[in-house]
Amino acid sequence: MPAPIRLRELIRTIRTARTQAEEREMIQKECAAIRSSFREEDNTYRCRNVAKLLYMHMLGYPAHFGQLECLKLIASQKFTDKRIGYLGAMLLLDERQDVHLLMTNCIKNDLNHSTQYVQGLALCTLGCMGSSEMCRDLAGEVEKLLKTSNSYLRKKAALCAVHVIRKVPELMEMFLPATKNLLNEKNHGVLHTSVVLLTEMCERSPDMLAHFRKNEKLVPQLVRILKNLIMSGYSPEHDVSGISDPFLQVRILRLLRILGRNDDDSSEAMNDILAQVATNTETSKNVGNAILYETVLTIMDIKSESGLRVLAINILGRFLLNNDKNIRYVALTSLLKTVQTDHNAVQRHRSTIVDCLKDLDVSIKRRAMELSFALVNGNNVRGMMKELLYFLDSCEPEFKADCASGIFLAAEKYAPSKRWHIDTIMRVLTTAGSYVRDDAVPNLIQLITNSVEMHAYTVQRLYKAILGDYSQQPLVQVASWCIGEYGDLLVSGQCEEEEPIQVTEDEVLDILESVLISNMSASVTRGYALTAIMKLSTRFTCTVNRIKKVVSIYGSSIDVELQQRAVEYNALFKKYDHMRPALLERMPVMEKVTTNGPTEIVQTNGETEPAVLETKPPPSGLQPASQANDLLDLLGGSDITPVIPTAPTSKPASAGGELLDLLGDLNLTGIPSITAYNKNGLKIDFTFERSNTNPSVTVITIQASNSTELDMTDFVFQAAVPKTFQLQLLSPSSSVIPAFNSGTITQVIKVLNPQKQQLRMRIKLTYNHKGSAMQDLAEVNNFPPQSWQ
Amino acid sequence: MIKFFLMVNKQGQTRLSRYYEHVEINKRTMLEAEIIKNCLSRSKDQCSFIEYKDFKLVYRQYAALFVVVGINETENEMAVYELIHNFVEVLDKYFSRVSELDVSFSVSEIHLSVSFWCTFQFMLSSWH
Repeated sequence: MPAPIRLRELIRTIRTARTQAEEREMIQKECAAIRSSFREEDNTYRCRNVAKLLYMHMLGYPAHFGQLECLKLIASQKFTDKRIGYLGAMLLLDERQDVHLLMTNCIKNDLNHSTQYVQGLALCTLGCMGSSEMCRDLAGEVEKLLKTSNSYLRKKAALCAVHVIRKVPELMEMFLPATKNLLNEKNHGVLHTSVVLLTEMCERSPDMLAHFRKNEKLVPQLVRILKNLIMSGYSPEHDVSGISDPFLQVRILRLLRILGRNDDDSSEAMNDILAQVATNTETSKNVGNAILYETVLTIMDIKSESGLRVLAINILGRFLLNNDKNIRYVALTSLLKTVQTDHNAVQRHRSTIVDCLKDLDVSIKRRAMELSFALVNGNNVRGMMKELLYFLDSCEPEFKADCASGIFLAAEKYAPSKRWHIDTIMRVLTTAGSYVRDDAVPNLIQLITNSVEMHAYTVQRLYKAILGDYSQQPLVQVASWCIGEYGDLLVSGQCEEEEPIQVTEDEVLDILESVLISNMSASVTRGYALTAIMKLSTRFTCTVNRIKKVVSIYGSSIDVELQQRAVEYNALFKKYDHMRPALLERMPVMEKVTTNGPTEIVQTNGETEPAVLETKPPPSGLQPASQANDLLDLLGGSDITPVIPTAPTSKPASAGGELLDLLGDLNLTGIPSITAYNKNGLKIDFTFERSNTNPSVTVITIQASNSTELDMTDFVFQAAVPKTFQLQLLSPSSSVIPAFNSGTITQVIKVLNPQKQQLRMRIKLTYNHKGSAMQDLAEVNNFPPQSWQ
Repeated sequence: MIKFFLMVNKQGQTRLSRYYEHVEINKRTMLEAEIIKNCLSRSKDQCSFIEYKDFKLVYRQYAALFVVVGINETENEMAVYELIHNFVEVLDKYFSRVSELDVSFSVSEIHLSVSFWCTFQFMLSSWH
């Protein structure tokens, strides 16, 4: 078999490929050749083959069949073989492959090899991809190498130790004694890696951090090294553009930051050197700026004195005015970090930051936007908002959502007047309407409801906004909701703030209908529009028929949500027209809840279902209410309060909900239960419980059972009590009572009896039995005294 | 912490790639293509730090070759920027006026020097 080609040949051939397919073909051919060569166990050319395999792996082709070969190379004695073998191990192997454990022994031997380069290779590989088992086994060797005098090995051992600590944090103490002398080295390489090791240890374990602060006197040592670096003259070995080993300086500054955080003594020891670095570093080159950046971050993080902080902010201000984009970016990032603590100082640079909003660079714009939001306060809110709104107009789409939410938050916190607030929101909705987050719509609606005097103005502006263009969904949603609520104000032209416009009822309905019909409207938006049209039926006088027509059309809509709404509204028109005004009344002022949480709307009696929360009015809820009216008619003489049984779908909260809150423990003293009703095979038992926390509350649990041979279906239990009582019916367990006493329906009644009068109750039962509808009225008078006293 | 070290040319061909975190091999090519697209779309006077997904890219262009380093937020971006330049200077000395061809053909050597340079996700010392 001819000798396999060299890596360079392979690269040359691949470069001549013109298409992807050609390249793939070449590579596959070569892969096949490599595979057969591996099978022949050829020692001489293994190194070459693996090198080619690594190259192909880099191009993106699978190379896992070379893993075992890498191991063989590592085990060989030739240095070139070992080199490629370790490189292959680093690239192809990681913890996920089981093969890597086989390397452990090889690495162990190589760590004790006579040649430092081999030892170095082994350390490199272990630090790159060592798993926790390997690290545990070989930690001792690494620690030994950490103490050698060979600086080449020492620095690699230090970095390997970092990896070991990451994988197996318990071994940290093992490396502690070795670190004592690390900082006494002259070699910058060792210094650099030791600082990395110390940083890692301090970050991982607060105990280590405390130890280093007190016992080791680490801070003075670091300060000394840093001072030497700055003061020393030109040293060709470590010079980068005129500054001596900037990488080491940056590392030391970072370690100082960790040591000085939240610690007064250490911070004090560092003050001088930080001031020195800040003032002496040359800023003409990027290197100097990198060091200054790190210094500023350190000053901000430790407990530095105020003079130093002012110095730091001034440096950042200088960075902001610099022409180099990188520096400006870095300045904006660090200002963002410090704006919480040094708010006033950062405010001084506000105008520069706002200018950065207009920069062409995307990264800078994003930083400037975040920083601007952090800087908005009561004094500058008007000016800042103007700039931010302008930014919203012209920025890239990926920013618009964040910017819009930021503007909403800031406007809510600092709005100088309600009108300004509403204007700002409208502006955002019209410019970036489709990027506004979903939860913004309910928040806005709540805001609008709460600013009572602005209703007319708001609805007029919203109407004008969607007149021309109703494609932006959040805008249309808010607008339809408002028009539904305040349509009467719109038509009557009552606006004081602005020139009132003349709108007729038909025009309003036109626009709402076009929203309904339009293809651009989302399903949610259509729901809003339909509900708005329905609400207008009570606000408008001459167009009720039109509204009825629209609502009935959508009764057969394909969209289930719309259909359900339309059908329910139809039912409202037909059967419960007397309830319509009460149900569709204006929304009350909502409770102010935190902006981020869901708005909870207190449901008062008779109020409409909130369009925002999308709960549907329970159809069953309407029925018993009307029959309760019948009850009232029947029970002419005594004044009886109507009963509002709570609907099965919504939570059992009512106006008197807080009073009847029975989350406290219930008193289960033995109050005897009674049979309230027993006729025609239907038996209803009452069991009582008194609440310990609220002595005027009685909880009655009714149980209905059926001793006949047929089930009773559609069972509904209603109750009425004298005026001084309050009653709350919770939902029943079901509406079917099975025959032969095989099951019961349970329902809970809560009675509030503040005047401790004798409990009386009138009950009405309706059910279907043996194919016919049955109905019965009864009075319950045999309540035991313990239940109401 | 350095996540990866890439050298990609303008046509999207990867000349060198070194990952310090495990990334699936098919995802690597996709990642490299996206990164080079990001870098190419930026003009000369825009800043060299791009925020990409949940980490940052620091890139530098040398003729037709882009050197891109992916870092997370604990690293000093400007120091990494310097590091890239330092590395290229070393390559320059080693190959005496390095070009993209040198990088393409001496992949394994460069790989090893990268290993010494940015081992275990940290920068090692700089030695000329």
